[in-house]
Parts: sequence; structure tokens; C-alpha cells
Amino acid sequence: MTDYRMNILVCGGTGCRSSEGATLYDELVSLLADKGLEKEIQVVSTGCFGFCEKGPVVKILPDNTFYVQVQAADAREIIEEHIIKGRKVEHLLYTAPETGKKVSDSKHMDFYKKQVRIALRNCGFINPENIDEYVAREGYAAMAKCLGEMTPEQVIKEIKKAGLRGRGGAGFPTGTKWELTRKSEADQKYVVCNADEGDPGAFMDRSILEGDPHSVIEAMSICGYCIGADKGLVYIRAEYPLAIKRLKIALEQARNYGLLGENVLDTGFNFDIELRYGAGAFVCGEETALIHSMEGKRGEPTFKPPFPAEKGYLGKPTNVNNVETYANIPPIINKGSKWFSGIGTEKSKGTKVFALAGKINNVGLIEVPMGTTLREVIYDIGGGIKGGKEFKAVQTGGPSGGCLTKNFLDTPIDYESLTEAGSMMGSGGMIVMDEDDCMVSIAKFYLEFTLDESCGKCNPCRIGNKRLWEILDKISKGNGTKEDLNRLKLLSNVVKDASLCGLGQTSPNPILSTMDNFWDEYLAHVEDKRCPAGQCKAMMQYVIDPNKCTGCTLCSRICPVAAIEGERKKPHEIDPEKCIKCGACMEKCKFEAISVA
Amino acid sequence: MSKIKSLEELRKLREEVQTRMKLRENSDKSDDLVRIKVAMATCGIASGARETMRVLIEQLDQRGVDAVVTQTGCMGYCYAEPTVEVTLPGKEPIVFGEVKEERAREIIDKYVVNQELIDGIIPVNHQSI
Repeated sequence: MTDYRMNILVCGGTGCRSSEGATLYDELVSLLADKGLEKEIQVVSTGCFGFCEKGPVVKILPDNTFYVQVQAADAREIIEEHIIKGRKVEHLLYTAPETGKKVSDSKHMDFYKKQVRIALRNCGFINPENIDEYVAREGYAAMAKCLGEMTPEQVIKEIKKAGLRGRGGAGFPTGTKWELTRKSEADQKYVVCNADEGDPGAFMDRSILEGDPHSVIEAMSICGYCIGADKGLVYIRAEYPLAIKRLKIALEQARNYGLLGENVLDTGFNFDIELRYGAGAFVCGEETALIHSMEGKRGEPTFKPPFPAEKGYLGKPTNVNNVETYANIPPIINKGSKWFSGIGTEKSKGTKVFALAGKINNVGLIEVPMGTTLREVIYDIGGGIKGGKEFKAVQTGGPSGGCLTKNFLDTPIDYESLTEAGSMMGSGGMIVMDEDDCMVSIAKFYLEFTLDESCGKCNPCRIGNKRLWEILDKISKGNGTKEDLNRLKLLSNVVKDASLCGLGQTSPNPILSTMDNFWDEYLAHVEDKRCPAGQCKAMMQYVIDPNKCTGCTLCSRICPVAAIEGERKKPHEIDPEKCIKCGACMEKCKFEAISVA
Repeated sequence: MSKIKSLEELRKLREEVQTRMKLRENSDKSDDLVRIKVAMATCGIASGARETMRVLIEQLDQRGVDAVVTQTGCMGYCYAEPTVEVTLPGKEPIVFGEVKEERAREIIDKYVVNQELIDGIIPVNHQSI
């Protein structure tokens, strides 16, 4: 018997919770109780819906009404109008940016139309803190199928046939990795989940763990069965408190049901999972560094081989996969490799989750089939560029990736095409830039990040990146020369070739790809001492138009460094030597007399 | 929570919890299902639309028909409340008037299950979007 006639799904992801989604949830629950409707209407706190741009998000079922930017104060209207009288609350509906019209339900939103959700299948659908809701969605059926009906070899064969490749960025075939670890002989083996998501702007793994933790637990158990391990470890960064909390609840519930622990489902299979916290070091996403960090050592990478599949955690064979990779495993087992390999391109199968960020209308979390073009993602799903501005570039692959220009908008998203275009798949961060973004500054931003995150073990990365940053800094301050550009390119290639691990081997990529695609912009910085996007402050000069200035003295009183002088009722002047380019004068001038030259 | 000790027990649990998630599953594929809208403006509620809705859900459930029952605002046929709009997959919507408990059962039995038309259809002169 279906008890409830309606469901109110409230997003419980970190994004929506930070805009007071939790208060909204409480408010809905208490209002329903006041009206005596708590037995008819169920309020469910779910994982991320992906539409983070307009959070907190509320979805009403069965009519799929999609409300955006819902405040706790709107709860009463939703209940009194929609729930009781069946009238949608117009002002909370999403407005399509192209047409300016209100969209009645999620099925009519372009954001969702092109998405195929496999790894995110349960996010925004189930309550992640209730194992029953996961079980209802074929949860643990894949594990049961593997344990009951398949040999480890058969499972590995199925994964290989599906063509699943690592979603952490490198794209190594998952089935092959499992096979290698299975073949390594040892008395103890380990299954590790890499939840050390470090790319700036990326939150794919966090959202999966927050919205569907059981899918990762189930997949790790399947992996344990395949490689012959009875112990799993999730390496998760301590900055993800909600993901950790939900993961802990999920582990507890799985243990209580006997789906983790000894003699799982009476098949003689033993498996349990522990959590290990990372301190948020980017390099610990590299598997050898991750393993050292888990062992309590410094999070520094070591040379491969030996690969973790031979010698990993505590010197034992270890299989390391990323969160999203694991989340794909149960559907592959349930629906078969043929179904999975039917999605995507020839060499990249299935889907990929991306975190859309930057100057894009629909910032959020999406999942698309491999082979979808960048244009479809940015314009159809992402809703185009904010404020109707011109698209300039999209950065994929985080600090290891590159920037792609509008010439690459029709590139299909798959491992090979993105690499060929001069970027990479990476873990799924996608940062969109518009005409106002300066590419030298972007390269400098990423270099700053790698500088902070370099572990310092090898010289090319520790010193080389510092020198690269210094050259970029010089250029952005208007002191660069053409010779600097040559040195920048040369040194970038040296750092790439000579660094020990993936961090250093890829850290110059943002420089190289912006130089390739935006050479003119670099030239403008060194030759004309000009920043075309108007971002590099050192190259800007604030000037006062003597014809417009009335000598009101407002600017000279506001200037924090007393750089503006002039007599009352006579045109003022800015001393460029003293000016710190804060822009306060321009903002306050009532006569529009101050401009940037 | 008691432990699940076998594959069979896991299957049993799944079937049991699946019924609780049915509303959500059905909403996801609502285009392929029977869709019923109950007009629930003040006039509808005053004439007993809430009871009508309860009976509809109950009857569909008993007959194992996968359907999506939603409420909507006033359809404009205040003289014939409670009004109910039924859309079978691939068919045009049909609006029934004065749907009290008895008629609700009749609609499910005859129209939804056997696709027989019954009395009390209101000719539709509007299009909904």
C-alpha cells in the first residue's frame, strides 16, 4: 500500500544546505504536521539535484514540479497553495533564460533533457541516510548477483567488456586494474576508494558520497570479492564533513543488515570498510601519495612501478579507484556490460559527471554520455554564458588540464578527443570563462594552486613551478619581455618532462594551453603592456577627464592612499605612482569623470 | 534492523521497500502511465475532492495499476465538482464530473482498466499546457 500521495524532495547536498536548505526541510515537516498531513505527504531529504545555481531546490512528486531558490519562509506557501489546493507557486518556478517563461516541471527543463544519470542515478531521488531506499533501487542486488551467481573472473570479464575506464582522470581500464590486483599473490589485499577530490571547483565525488553512499560501498565489496580482499578503505578529505557523516551512517546500516562484515549473505564472503581522513593535500589524490598518507607517512608520491596492484597499502596488493568509477559498477552488473558499452563513444564508454562552474548560467552537477560536445554541455545544459557575454574558453581537467577555445566547442567529450585538443578529461571540473577573463591571470591562478600543493620532493616541481609563477607574475605586472615568453615555454616543458609524479608532469599544462590558444594575449601583455581583458591591475591606469570633473573633492577624500590631488572646484589628478588601482574613486564619482585607460 | 542472511531475504526486503518508493519511480516515467488529475480548488475540496483522491489512489493500488495521481487547481467546472481528468497513455485526456466515491470506483473499473466509456464526461473545450 502506498501510504503517501505526494513526496516533497528537498535537496540535502552541501550546496543547498549552505543556503539554509536544512531549515527549509524542518519548516516543511512541522507545517505538514500542523495541518495534519504528515501521513499523506512525505518530506525527503535527498542528495544533490545538480541544479546548484538556484539552490535550495525542492521537487514535488508525482507532478515533478521543480522549485528553485526556496527559502524557509516559502514553506507555508508551498504547503497551503500547492499541497492543499494543487496550485503551483508561480514565483518559485524556474524561469528559462532563453524564453523568460516559467517552467512547470523538471521534465521540461533543458538542464535535465540531455543528461543520462548512471553514477548520479540515486542523487536527488533517494534519502541517502536510509538504506531501504537504496535497496528499493536495486541496491546491493549487484553484489548479491556477484556473490551468488558469478565467479570473480566472470565479474572482471564483465567490467572489462563494459569498457569502464577510471573516472579520476587518467582513464585506465578498471577491469584490467582489478585483474592485475587479483593476479598479485599475497596473504592480504586491500580495496581503496579515492575520495580525495582536489581540483578547484570540482564536487562530483562529494555529491555522490553525499547523495548515494551505498553505491560506493556496494562496488567496493564487489571489488573485494574480485581481487580477493576482505578490507576496504575510503580515503576522504576531512573538508567533506557531510559526505563523511553520510558515509558513516551508510556503513553502520550496511553492517546492521549484514551486507558488510563476516559471511555476507551466507556466502562465506567477508568484507568491511574503514574511513581514512586526508588533510586536503592535492597531491594525495595521486595513488602512491594517497597510500603513503594512509600509512601515516608523508603524503609524497613514489616512483611507479611497483604499481599499487603489486605493492600498495602496507606493501600489499591494493586496488585504488575513484568514487565515480565505483558508482558505475553496480549498474554495469545489474544491467550488463552490453547496456553500458552501448552508451558513449568507441573508446570511452558510459557517462561522465561534470561540475560546471565559472561564468555559466547553470552552475551545477551534470552527467552526460561520453561523446556529448562541449557546446551541448555549455549552451544546452549549462544555459550559456552569464550576462549574455562572449564565451572565451573552458578549462577542463583542473590544474592538470588545459583551456579550450571556441574552436573546440564541437569537440566530443571523451578521453582521447580532449587530450588531442590539448586538454584532458580529468576528474570532471569544468570552468567556463568569458571575455572578461585574462588568460595570463588564469594560468597564474592555477600555478599558484600547484605551488601551494607541490609536495616539494622533486626539484623540477618544487623549484620549476616557482620560477614559472615568477615569470607569469612579471608578465602580469607589465614587466615581461618576449624573452620571458620563450623561457616560460621552455621551462614548462622541462617541468613536464622531469617531474616525478602526475602533479609536476601536468602542472605547466594551463600555461602551455593558454599560450597555444591565446598567444596574442600574452604578446599584448609583454609588447604593448596591455591586458586585453582588463584584469591585470598593474597595467591599468585610472585617469580623470578634466572636462567632466567638477572638483567636488569626493574622490580625493575616498582614496585610501591619498593619490588624488586637486583644488576645490578645479579638475583633480591621479598620481599613478601612488595609485593602488582599487577602483574606489571610479565607483564613487557622480560625474563619470574617472575611467580606466 | 535484523540481518539479511540470504539472497532470498534481500530480494524479499527489496520487494517490500519498493512499494514504498513506487510514487517516486512512477513520477520519473509518468509519460508512460495513467495520469489522473483531481481538481482541488476551494470548490473541489468543498465538494469532497480529497475523499475522491483518496479513493482513486486506493483503488488503483488494489488493482495494481501504475498511475500518477496529482491534484490541480480549479478546472472551471465548478457546477460539476469534484472533477477528475484522466489521461490514458497515448490518449486524449477525458474529464469526468461529479466524481464522488462510487463514481471514482467506476472510473477505475470501467475506464482505466477496461477502457469503457461511462456517463458523466464533460466535453473539454480548453487545452492544458
